[in-house]
Amino acid sequence: MVASAAVRLFGMWASPAVRRVEWALKLKGIEYEYIEEDLSNKSSSLLEFNPINKQVPVLVHNCNPIVESLVILEYIDETWKDNPILPVDPLERAKARFWATFVDVKCREESRKAFFMEGEEKEKAIENLQVQLKALDEELEGKKFFSGDHIGYTDLAVGWMTFWLGVAEEAAGFKANYDVKFPNFSRWIKDFLAEPVIKDNLPPREKTVEFFRAFKQLGSCTKVNQK
Amino acid sequence: MEKFSSLKLFGSWASSYTHRVQLALKLKNIQFEYIEEDLSNKSEALLQSNPIYKKVPVLVHDDRPLVESVIILQYVDEVWNNRPILPTDPYERAVVRFWCHFADDKLGPAVGVVFASSGDVQKAAVDQVHENLALIERELREGYFKGRKFFGGDSIGLLDIVLGCGSYWLAVFEEVMTGVKLVDPEAFPLFHAWLREFEALDEVKETIPAVDKLLEYAKAVRAMLVGHCMGNTGVIETATPATTAASATTTASVPDITVDSS
Repeated sequence: MVASAAVRLFGMWASPAVRRVEWALKLKGIEYEYIEEDLSNKSSSLLEFNPINKQVPVLVHNCNPIVESLVILEYIDETWKDNPILPVDPLERAKARFWATFVDVKCREESRKAFFMEGEEKEKAIENLQVQLKALDEELEGKKFFSGDHIGYTDLAVGWMTFWLGVAEEAAGFKANYDVKFPNFSRWIKDFLAEPVIKDNLPPREKTVEFFRAFKQLGSCTKVNQK
Repeated sequence: MEKFSSLKLFGSWASSYTHRVQLALKLKNIQFEYIEEDLSNKSEALLQSNPIYKKVPVLVHDDRPLVESVIILQYVDEVWNNRPILPTDPYERAVVRFWCHFADDKLGPAVGVVFASSGDVQKAAVDQVHENLALIERELREGYFKGRKFFGGDSIGLLDIVLGCGSYWLAVFEEVMTGVKLVDPEAFPLFHAWLREFEALDEVKETIPAVDKLLEYAKAVRAMLVGHCMGNTGVIETATPATTAASATTTASVPDITVDSS
């Protein structure tokens, strides 16, 4: 069992990128100390460990900081080898990384636009998002999870869409309609959220919706929870 | 008996992302068929193998496509174990991955804006490039890679390939846009020294096109960009990789050094 002082996670309660790391740590049974950050008043520790991006999550292992949630996931998988979250086969690993990057860059970009913008730009973003969701839906054909029978790296990477996309929709008044249009994706959302590690590790919904509403009103692109 | 395996690389001669893959394959002495793509008229084969991004490079290994250069590089390293390009230590791998993202998400786009703009917008972008280079310089001076000839140690690794295969454009752009200084050897001595060492390697010289060819290309593109109508923002309003990260079908003529072709 790893001593909790050796593994520390700097996070913020509403951040999907932080939860992603927590899910991975819990799947692997790694004990860690969690430090909640006030992102409007960042701690000197956070700034010391992540001087470049100044963002959460930051995983600190034996005083070494690792930043960017997908990089952290790979680090966790390579350091604690039980319950692997990435596949063994190089092609499958490449596919897993592909989908993770796709969701983190492309889907997040369109979701952000749908969230912050209005009118035609909002509509266009929703359209683009639906094209992306279709690709994800097709990828899930014949599979319970992106990673197969059990959740893995790709599910953890796409996982923010199971909860935070719905929160964004409610807070910003739009619908991507995946429950109607994309049956595999909708089914995957339910299965993912039913997993014990996930369901016991989500922020409170109402509070998160309120947070996102306030965030939208600020109208700023301050990155609360990126990477 | 070794199973016959086929390896094809779809690329573009001026694409630094394509060069990354070519360099890695060369370092590992892997034979492959290269297919030059006309990015203004992409082949069916390319579009089928990369339907989501429609970009180069695409590596097709036994009919299975791999896309996104950093993902391709990791795949190649995992399949062909000789001459590794990623470090073995998990923490070092994390540091390398972080800086690869930095190169592609921060430095690359900033350089792209420098090339695609002028006036105040360009000046701001130049400042951004300098800030980014300063961070890399600091890392070389006192961070994880302190004291190393290359980021990979005595020989080049993933980060050298990723950073190196875009950085040669810095000198090309400086040549094309007089008055713009991107890599000042006095401000960034370690970065400058690293880049010269990288460019001196035989494998790099054999992969990256000759400077005069790159110059000719860059001059033509810059002339085309500057010839377009500029909006009040001072940014040339044409779909360049710098301004349209999402667009994969941007004009073939703009060097795709930014987030676009990954």
